[in-house]
Amino acid sequence: MTAFAVESCGLTKRFGRQVAVNAVDLAVPRGAVYGFLGPNGSGKTTTIRMLLGLIRPTSGGHALLGERMPGGAATVLPRVGALVEGPGFHPYLSGMDNLRRLDAADRTARAATADARIRAALDRVGLGAAAGKRFRAYSLGMRQRLALAAAMLASRDLLILDEPTNGLDPQGTREVRSLIGALAAEGATVLLSTHLLSEVEQVCSHVGVMHQGNLVAQSTLEDLRAEAAPRARVRTDRPADAARVLRELGLTEVTHDGDSATGVLGPVAPEKAVATLVHDGVPVSGFAVVAADLEEQFVALTGEGFDVSG
Amino acid sequence: MSAVEVAARPATGGVGVPFRFLRSELSLIARRRRNQAGLAVLAAVPIVIAIAVKVASPTSAGGGEGAPQFLSSISGNGLFVALAALALEIQLFLPIAVAALAGDAVAGEANVGTLRYLLTVPVHRTRLLAVKYAGIVAGAFIATATVAGTGLVAGLVLFGGGDVTLLSGTTIGMGEGLLRLLAICLYLTACLAALGAVGLFVSTLTEQPMGATIAIVMVNMLSWILGVIPQIDWLHPYLLTHWWENFGDLLRDPVAWDPVRHGLLSAAAYIVIFLSAAWARFGARDVTS
Repeated sequence: MTAFAVESCGLTKRFGRQVAVNAVDLAVPRGAVYGFLGPNGSGKTTTIRMLLGLIRPTSGGHALLGERMPGGAATVLPRVGALVEGPGFHPYLSGMDNLRRLDAADRTARAATADARIRAALDRVGLGAAAGKRFRAYSLGMRQRLALAAAMLASRDLLILDEPTNGLDPQGTREVRSLIGALAAEGATVLLSTHLLSEVEQVCSHVGVMHQGNLVAQSTLEDLRAEAAPRARVRTDRPADAARVLRELGLTEVTHDGDSATGVLGPVAPEKAVATLVHDGVPVSGFAVVAADLEEQFVALTGEGFDVSG
Repeated sequence: MSAVEVAARPATGGVGVPFRFLRSELSLIARRRRNQAGLAVLAAVPIVIAIAVKVASPTSAGGGEGAPQFLSSISGNGLFVALAALALEIQLFLPIAVAALAGDAVAGEANVGTLRYLLTVPVHRTRLLAVKYAGIVAGAFIATATVAGTGLVAGLVLFGGGDVTLLSGTTIGMGEGLLRLLAICLYLTACLAALGAVGLFVSTLTEQPMGATIAIVMVNMLSWILGVIPQIDWLHPYLLTHWWENFGDLLRDPVAWDPVRHGLLSAAAYIVIFLSAAWARFGARDVTS
């Protein structure tokens, strides 16, 4: 058994001349909640489709739960729950009947336990009361919930969820977050594609960032945060003097405004900065070390701007 | 197969119930309103024929030039209502029914987004095509049998049964007549299964089920049109629809087996070629729907 639930090596997809995914080496450790981040059009969904065997990589390969894909699909995919690019169900069947159909298609599923498992999955996503309604009458949030229920029809070792909170109200979003936490606590690995940074900060242990088809960063959330250079922020009524002291201490990118001065700490210990400021007669009314937030790092990795990656 | 292999490899249809996926497919087809309405229209045609002949009888019972096959025999035996209805509906209505099912088969699942979820269940692509094709063939048989069955009932009610006078002039009992009607239904199902194979292939080419259905109906119409152009009669035996109307040969005494055999061979050839094409196309296709 390998240590990785998802492992890819040089996974590449070209559509004509356009490279949608370029030599991606994913490594999702077992038990992780892996936030797969990236702007729209960065290649997340194409990567997920390749992982699930829906589209064929132009080059490279991957394994799920230690089984080579696509050869191992028949044995490994029953242990993988997936939500790909939004819900997809027969509009004129009820939510319940849609799940029955998916369960009937699964060779490894026991027919005798089908109804109990379907009920449990529907209850888990809060759709129990609407189980008999036709799918076409569902709201966007209900549809999303049904797709999540489908991903949880059987006990899964890996969940690949493409933007699972899309279309959910704030309460639904919270529920899905706690659901993901519960699944992870049960021992499942979760690969969660999203562009919501708050989601990543709240539930993920690992992060991978896609940009224009490349995986530009991949690490634990802690390591990614540690990489972000912490800044010292001094509150004082003499910000210009504080900025001078910080500069002399060796802090970089020092700036000041009306009532504070900040700079990147680098190797300088925060205690030393405070001591020096006080020693030099700068009155310190507040001192804080702030890490760059994920959003700033994300923008640093993927660039500013609203343009969808081409 | 050893016991270990049996345990490791669950039966085709899932654990516990055999052919579970196929059953699910058939119920999906059967529960769809559109299909129910289509079946009702198919069933209405023989009823209309029976009533029309009954109302007009006996003055126009002879049918006359250009009247559909078997129409003139209806007042003699109700069984011929079923045959006349089949002869009429095999040209357009039954092919449309098959085209609707086949067009929906893969393109319909792609269109509503269920295809990607079926494939990640996982359903092997070959298995999906096999189940889809089985659904189409079952649908073709049910459609044909519905036309024949409604025609038979309407005919027996309005014209009665009894001995059947065949096209060749000889008379057979009602029991054998019914057997031959069943054989005709099976023959027409085989013919429609060939169209269904073409349809399944077309359905793997697109994500628009309606487009696929129209394309399949056009293939069928094109085949009929080419079939009536005498200048290309060398082509006729190879046309999809060429042998379809030969179902009447099953009503001769003795049965004219040659055209029936040709018809079945032709259908088998179409089925093999187009199922292979569907498999080659769908097996390698990137599913981006």
